[in-house]
Amino acid sequence: MADELLKVESIEKSFGKQKVLDGVSFILNKGEVKVIVGPSGTGKSTLLRCINLLNPPDKGKIYLQNKEITSLKHTLVPAVRQKIGMVFQHFALFNHLTAIDNVALGLLKVRKMNKTDAYKKAIDELNRVGLADHKDKYPAQLSGGQKQRVGIARALAMDPLLILFDEPTSALDPELIGEVLAVMQALAKDGMTMICVTHEMGFAKSVANEVIFMEKGKIIEQGLPEELFSNAKNPRTREFLSKISQLYGETGHK
Amino acid sequence: MEIFEHNLLFLFKNMPMLLSGALTAILLTFTSIIIGLVVGIMVTFFRIYGSKFTKKLMFAYEWLLKGTPPLILIFIFYFGLGNYLNLGEFFAAALALGLRSSAYQAQIYRGAVLSISTEQTEAGLSLGLSRFKTFYLVILPQAIRLSLPGFTNEFTIVLKDTPLAYGVGLVEILKAGRDILAQQLSAAIVSGKVTASLNPFIVYLTCALIYFVLFEIFYYSLNALSKKFQIPGFIFDK
Repeated sequence: MADELLKVESIEKSFGKQKVLDGVSFILNKGEVKVIVGPSGTGKSTLLRCINLLNPPDKGKIYLQNKEITSLKHTLVPAVRQKIGMVFQHFALFNHLTAIDNVALGLLKVRKMNKTDAYKKAIDELNRVGLADHKDKYPAQLSGGQKQRVGIARALAMDPLLILFDEPTSALDPELIGEVLAVMQALAKDGMTMICVTHEMGFAKSVANEVIFMEKGKIIEQGLPEELFSNAKNPRTREFLSKISQLYGETGHK
Repeated sequence: MEIFEHNLLFLFKNMPMLLSGALTAILLTFTSIIIGLVVGIMVTFFRIYGSKFTKKLMFAYEWLLKGTPPLILIFIFYFGLGNYLNLGEFFAAALALGLRSSAYQAQIYRGAVLSISTEQTEAGLSLGLSRFKTFYLVILPQAIRLSLPGFTNEFTIVLKDTPLAYGVGLVEILKAGRDILAQQLSAAIVSGKVTASLNPFIVYLTCALIYFVLFEIFYYSLNALSKKFQIPGFIFDK
């Protein structure tokens, strides 16, 4: 209980008539890495955006460090978002800023650090993802893998309690996926609490504490990666995971 | 060719009048564009972030101002509003052209803001920035750069609309040319020398040339400015 970082309780979300999340619940402990898999359009991305309140759920509750965040007043929401990092499928780097400015923006404008401290921390985070040499480059001058690593550095700079990864490697060329996964694996080994929506089975097998299979807005099955991959209880889970292995191979990508 | 030389000489002597007209045209262009910018940004903001009613109101505003011929707008402002507020030709024309430009500028800015991917806003918010700060620090800098080509175009359009103010008597380049012609014609009638009158074709060609020079200056200046502010390597296609 003391280690419980995030609690998601029966959340539901609809867009118009379409019900995208239909009663999703789980608990995330500090230091845990959860991987969410499932067919496209099953609400995985929506789930992440509910957690950091970008798209608050219609029903249900979310607790961060045992405090309910779903009923917070509008003005208190940014403070919560500060504690939850997010890494996007299409990187979402601020195009008009250099790599280091991207990482430092949150430090300067949200944590209100002074320039020296902010830029020192920014360089440290860029170092951590192996991109300190590229600090003055603009996003358009970086490869996809580099952009995503800057995105990770940007999320890390805010010292979040957990980081949400929304299909971080889905938009990358195969050769570039490895460098991003390596960073994510290092983060996991360092003890970062993570929720990753991904198809990368190799990543799931190596660092996930639990794999959740979602379909049509519901959690169909969840458990240890070894259990789900070799011996899933639900036929639908087996079907999906075997298709993924076929398409993406053992390591999860072509 | 004596007449041709005579024409050119006379035009040269009257350059100050034409240049003063040019100055008025430039001032009118800048005033109108600035009015258009201020009002345009407000309209854009309310059309994207306003209530349903506000959005409809802004739409109606744009629709009305885009659908009215600019010359008629100038007349309406000069003889209508201008009469009550005692505006004078310059400000009536500036208001008319300015508000008309605001409708087109609102369209440019709205297009720019909407073409910026929602992930940019989401990324800003996910760092803990407020909605306003996200708009100001993330969206606006990109929107401005996206708007520059459209803005440059709009600027030159307003410049080319300034001769319409001739309709209410403003002495810009066209009116200056017309006045020179009229002066010279009356002088020729008085002195009996018909050949001393100017060829209208040459006068109006000169007016066009002056406008053209202004157009080139503004077009290249704004383009140079756009290039200076360009984000390295970015093509704005996502």
